[in-house]
Amino acid sequence: MRFLPTDEQVAFAEAIDDIVEAHGGSEIAQRWAADDDEAGRALWAQFAELGLTGLRVPEEAGGFGGSASDLAVVFERLGYHGVPGPYIESIAFLPALVDADTRERLVAGAIATVAVDPLAPAALDAHAAELLFQVRSCALHPAAVREPAGSLAPTRRLALLDAQGEARALEARELALAADEAALAAAAMLIGAGERLLDEAVSYAKVREQFGRPVGEFQALKHQLADVRVALTFARPLVWNAAIALGMDEGERAVSAAKIAASDAAALAARVALQVHGAIGYTSEHSLRIWLGLAHALPAVWGTRAFHRARIARSILPGRAA
Amino acid sequence: MNLDLTPEQQAFAAEARAWLQQHVPARPLPSMDTEDGFAAHRRWEATLAEGGWSVVAWPEQYGGRDAGLIEWVLFEEEYYRAGAPTRVAQNGISLLAPILFEHGTPEQQQRYLKAMTDGSLIWAQAWSEPGAGSDLAAIRSTARRDEERGGWILNGQKIWSSRAAWADRGFGLFRSDPTAERHRGLTYFLFPLDAEGITVRPIAQLDGTTGFAEIFFDDVFVPDADVLGAPGDGWRVAMSTAGNERGLSLRAPGRFLAATDRLIDLQASRSEADETDAVVDAWIRAEAYRLYTWQTVSTVQDGGSVGAEGSMNKVFWSELDVDIHETALRILGPEAELRGPQAERDGRWAEDYLFSLSGPIYAGTNEIQRNIIAERILGLPRGGDGRRA
Ligand SMILES: Cc1cc2nc3c(=O)[nH]c(=O)nc-3n(C[C@H](O)[C@H](O)[C@H](O)COP(=O)(O)OP(=O)(O)OC[C@H]3O[C@@H](n4cnc5c(N)ncnc54)[C@H](O)[C@@H]3O)c2cc1C
Repeated sequence: MRFLPTDEQVAFAEAIDDIVEAHGGSEIAQRWAADDDEAGRALWAQFAELGLTGLRVPEEAGGFGGSASDLAVVFERLGYHGVPGPYIESIAFLPALVDADTRERLVAGAIATVAVDPLAPAALDAHAAELLFQVRSCALHPAAVREPAGSLAPTRRLALLDAQGEARALEARELALAADEAALAAAAMLIGAGERLLDEAVSYAKVREQFGRPVGEFQALKHQLADVRVALTFARPLVWNAAIALGMDEGERAVSAAKIAASDAAALAARVALQVHGAIGYTSEHSLRIWLGLAHALPAVWGTRAFHRARIARSILPGRAA
Repeated sequence: MNLDLTPEQQAFAAEARAWLQQHVPARPLPSMDTEDGFAAHRRWEATLAEGGWSVVAWPEQYGGRDAGLIEWVLFEEEYYRAGAPTRVAQNGISLLAPILFEHGTPEQQQRYLKAMTDGSLIWAQAWSEPGAGSDLAAIRSTARRDEERGGWILNGQKIWSSRAAWADRGFGLFRSDPTAERHRGLTYFLFPLDAEGITVRPIAQLDGTTGFAEIFFDDVFVPDADVLGAPGDGWRVAMSTAGNERGLSLRAPGRFLAATDRLIDLQASRSEADETDAVVDAWIRAEAYRLYTWQTVSTVQDGGSVGAEGSMNKVFWSELDVDIHETALRILGPEAELRGPQAERDGRWAEDYLFSLSGPIYAGTNEIQRNIIAERILGLPRGGDGRRA
């Protein structure tokens, strides 16, 4: 029993931090939101070199052979930096569902996206992807953009897709597992985004002065920030547990618990961080909007709170099996 | 990252489960905040000790099994899952003993440790005073040096001391140097509750039982042998117990897992109740608490220490406990008001609900915990408030 990230995982996470900072940190997402994809694409290519794009592809198939807990550790960092792009789609959801050739392209760094009815009906960043898919009636269809759509999150550019060409039939179980892996990645990203929102709010509260002292001295703010610290601290182990349990007997409900707790913690972090910043946080120049956006948008995709609560209820309450 | 137990750890949990199944009283004991209940709980402590399950993590020399932290958490999970009684000896075992192990003289360890493991010596915690609640360093009860007899003379008043009405001894802080700065000049004393000059006046709690008491000190003599740690060093010594009370040692996740299991059963038995979401949320939070505990255990195994994190535990478990019981009352509907044998679980839901309401108050109120989290963990600047710990 050692319920903590391994040394290798910590090192991998630090490598991600360094790479993102070297590529411009939160500027990458700000530019992505303004339709300037260059830095985001360069980062993706660099991640491909690191092995990240093949994280969950077995070594025999040319991938990194990482575990689901590696995925959780990595996606927390992606959320922390608000890294833009369809990472959940390309790294967590699609690799297990596509054919071998496509999987090879994903590992090599091809950007892919997917619309999944009804969990994530609008595809993320279709404009930047060279591989587009749509999942309906338990089949994976190649797809093309029908029309772009807006998002609550400025760094998530969405599109509605149309299926075209030959579909690949999926087994219900493999589809469910891929969706759970995506939900796990989203939960981890939410923790990361929540941690960043808390960091930003705490730093700001130490320097912004009103009434002749830092606003962080005021208990009304302190207590809100303390509640965010508590919520994130207790949500993270649920995400780790979901990674360990993924694909096992109680994996589904573990993923659901993680997604709900991470969503709630990140949503609280978003509300408090904005409140602590005051009006400056309400501007679109301020980078806070990157993580606010993630905290608003990610809880709605890869299973809403209602979807995940219903799954847990079926598991823990006898007689609720659907 | 894993949660795998060794075969030895699994065997340990199985052994505990088997013993508890055989020994846990079939009907819940009466509340330990009543005279009969207190006596029944004292007997249960003796039974636990006979089985060797009273203090599993302690050295064998003091009645323990030398078990590790993982085994301790496993035992607590089994303990609550089995529906075993609340530990009436907890003040001694969880709050005083860690300090005795760290700061006590060998003679104090000999005299007190073993005796608190089998219910023969039950301790009351005497910190709060009428004028010193959250601001504990404001205590005014005094200790005056008595060179001649080799000890100290205590005067003053303590309040809200849990089960002091029936306990055997108390531990608490007294101002031994009136000229020193607030946090200095305090000394940690151990004293018998039936000493000459001590008057204990029970106070009825919200649920009607006399769960706590006032303690009046009128020239009470305490020998040097019953000073814990160095004179004047009481604050530092006492603060090492504060962490215990809020964090791991008193609030093992087993308690909340068991309460959540009961809540799930209650919801399942009342299909008309529309509280599924609240029950699911309670389950998620109990799981979160369990898993965070394993994370903490791993940190400690790695050589890390748990300090202000205990404050996060405190806020989390106390609010979870209130929410679990509020949900239960909503499920019970009009029956929620009933107490006594006519009610579901003999009225335990109502009693446990009232008790849960004290969680955000005792062991340092949640407002004080939030100050600690903000200042010690988040590093926010100190204001003029919340300097208790
Ligand atoms: C069931 C129960 C058992 C107890 N058992 C024991 C025991 O065995 N031994 C013992 O010594 N004590 C015991 N206590 C007492 C407990 O430790 C105190 O109640 C607690 O420390 C709070 O002190 P107080 O009640 O005087 O509240 P006060 O300190 O008067 O606080 C009143 C309110 O003001 C708030 N407040 C105070 N200071 C601040 C601040 N700086 N910032 C924000 N808000 C603030 C508090 O949070 C609270 O909401 C027990 C209490 C209960 C309820």
